[in-house]
Amino acid sequence: MDESIAAPVSSPSAWAAFGDEIWQGRVRVEQVGSTNVLHCAVDKLAALCERLMSSGEHMFATLVVEDEGAQLLLTYVFYPVKGGAFTHVVIRQPISKLHVPSIAATVPAADWHEREAADLFGLAFDGHPRLGAFVLHDGWPESAQPMRREFDIHDRTSVPSRRDVPEPNRSLDAPGSFSMPVGPVFSDLAESAHFRIETLGEDVSRIAVRFFYKYRAVEKLAEGQPLDRVLLLAERFSGAAAFAHGLAFCQAVEDIAHVTVPARAMVLRAILAELERLRSHAATITGICNSTALAVATSQAAMIEEDLLRLSAFVTGHRYLFGMLTPGGLAIDLPDELCRQTAAQAEMIARHMARLHRLLRQSSSFLDRLEEVGATSSAAAALLGLVGPVARASGVARDIRALFPYAAYREYPPQVPIEMQGDGYARLRVFFREAAESAALMARLAARIPDGAVSLADIALCQGAALGAVEAPLGAAFHWVRLGADGRVLRYHITPPSFANWPGFQFAAEEFAFQDFPIILATFGLSNAECDR
Amino acid sequence: MTQWVWEGLTSGIRTTRYPAREERAPGVSPGRPRARQGHEASRNAVASGCPTDAITAGEDGSSIDYRHCVHCFRCSRTTSPAVDWESGYEWAAESEMARVAHRLGHFFRRSLNIRFVDAGACGACMGEVRQVNNPYYNMHRLGFFLTPTPRNADILLVAGPVTLPMQQALRDTYEAMPPPKRVVAMGVCALSGGVFGRGAAVAGGLNDVLPVDVMIPGCPPPPLAILHGLLVAVERKPPQPLISLSGGPSR
Repeated sequence: MDESIAAPVSSPSAWAAFGDEIWQGRVRVEQVGSTNVLHCAVDKLAALCERLMSSGEHMFATLVVEDEGAQLLLTYVFYPVKGGAFTHVVIRQPISKLHVPSIAATVPAADWHEREAADLFGLAFDGHPRLGAFVLHDGWPESAQPMRREFDIHDRTSVPSRRDVPEPNRSLDAPGSFSMPVGPVFSDLAESAHFRIETLGEDVSRIAVRFFYKYRAVEKLAEGQPLDRVLLLAERFSGAAAFAHGLAFCQAVEDIAHVTVPARAMVLRAILAELERLRSHAATITGICNSTALAVATSQAAMIEEDLLRLSAFVTGHRYLFGMLTPGGLAIDLPDELCRQTAAQAEMIARHMARLHRLLRQSSSFLDRLEEVGATSSAAAALLGLVGPVARASGVARDIRALFPYAAYREYPPQVPIEMQGDGYARLRVFFREAAESAALMARLAARIPDGAVSLADIALCQGAALGAVEAPLGAAFHWVRLGADGRVLRYHITPPSFANWPGFQFAAEEFAFQDFPIILATFGLSNAECDR
Repeated sequence: MTQWVWEGLTSGIRTTRYPAREERAPGVSPGRPRARQGHEASRNAVASGCPTDAITAGEDGSSIDYRHCVHCFRCSRTTSPAVDWESGYEWAAESEMARVAHRLGHFFRRSLNIRFVDAGACGACMGEVRQVNNPYYNMHRLGFFLTPTPRNADILLVAGPVTLPMQQALRDTYEAMPPPKRVVAMGVCALSGGVFGRGAAVAGGLNDVLPVDVMIPGCPPPPLAILHGLLVAVERKPPQPLISLSGGPSR
């Protein structure tokens, strides 16, 4: 094996290797701020991505496609798993030649990203096993490519006429096999999605999914809009994680404008982000209790969730923290005393949660339903690029707060709990432990809040693009924002944690007993609103 | 399992007394703007920069269309507000059509089966509907139940801006329900499309797809507003106006 290929690519000198003869001048390294940008010829893309992943030091974050008129700009974003600088692999393809080699074989985490780009931009990823019928359902005009410049999202020519019966590209063919379609309308309060459960009697061999029933074209709606409007979209496309997504958007804008928000805003942002995480985890735990039909525990968890919703409204005026963020800080200041009260209240609620956790641990019938259910190995979690609590339950400790500290997390690093088993019970434990840590972190943050302004008076907007990275309650969220010279948004690409983790659910939901389906679903705690956008 | 029985009993009763009594616990509702009277409010309404155009200038003061208000608080946080902020949660309104027809009748007043369909809701609306079923709000005590099948349903409760693939699913669900039936749209997305508007991806409101009887504004409507909407649907509570006008009762 060639020496230079085996060298770790994160060391600065190793980047020089991309300029040497192995790549025959087909890869050009550029340093933009702290980001390594690798401009790459299309024929070297797959090899370069394989090289980045083979060191085991990089993880795929997202694929951003931008329509530049005459050509498409594709940015494959990687981040080092131990923190450091992001790496962007950039290629350009003329509109006349929309074929790009697929990297999904070597970077499985990129699989869904390529499928999405294929649907929305009309790109063909050569070598990808299944493109099409992903984001766009029946009813969209033939050959519609909503994210291309010329497509008018306000044009209402789409016709929802036919019944969209999803057909998986392969199905189980064995004596006694049976396919059970579930959704998009469910028997309870579930989000719209379609699952095709393939069974042989009581055992499920695999599940095929059809999502994007909730596709609202948020990224397209953002184009050409002023920041204030796009912030409304960022908060409201996934209301259950409104603050985290709003924050990722604001951070991207602040990065473009080269501004640092005041220290006070940093701390208050972190307090509110932890409050949201605490509430979101309480909701997930409610869902897990409900999936096992443990009525009293469900009620107790739901009351904890409502207590946190009321606390959120008491502090900020809104139960889901809408309207708190603004690029450059926070929309309103919160008095120190109120923050301390909030943190104290959150700690009290966290004690209720600890009590619930203790009771659940003593309920063997409950644990029996969770243990060894929907197991995801550490290797699979890393390979599929899983993020957040789900990844941490499989021993993959990736937390954006620790890797790329934002807000006040550099001074107040969170303790990131980790479990190794990767089953439903491990995920439940991670949700409980993270909730406890969020409450403790809120108390640490509220103890010493810096004085001063809570927002920058004015931000001079300039042209440019940046990636906002935030640890949302369900995992890493990446928001790519490109601003035009007029300060309006040219391109907005959201990579939510649910989008990254749904493939993990599909992987975990293989070879299991039929009645475990809702439990596996609940322990992943994923959101379709967040995934579909 | 006795520990759970004990745990449940020692929690006591946490359920709200609404609708018998007003719920005053802090944090049950974000509140909403109310039209303010006077020339100054009228002038400020023009300059308020309401991002969803919910606030407009009326003859003598401001006017607010709750089908568009997304609780962004932009109007209340300026130095020259065009609105007052009111607490409360009784927000549900009745459509014109529901006033003349579509009565459910008194048999349904204390026994109502509800089918919920997510038509692209963001998660906040979903969370609030889940809470309605939980101890703090407990809609069972009012005779309201979620039903797994549309065949048993009297009410179709819909949240979200009605995405393209959900339109047929909504029609199918509605057709499977036996008459008499009512449709309740909750959240500004289901009323007007909210921040998603109307276009190729979303219908921009349930009214384009199904006949809507009761509208619950809010982004999201808190659990008590949803309860109020259901109570309006069975005529146990009077509906509220959808538009707040300055000077005189709103319509």
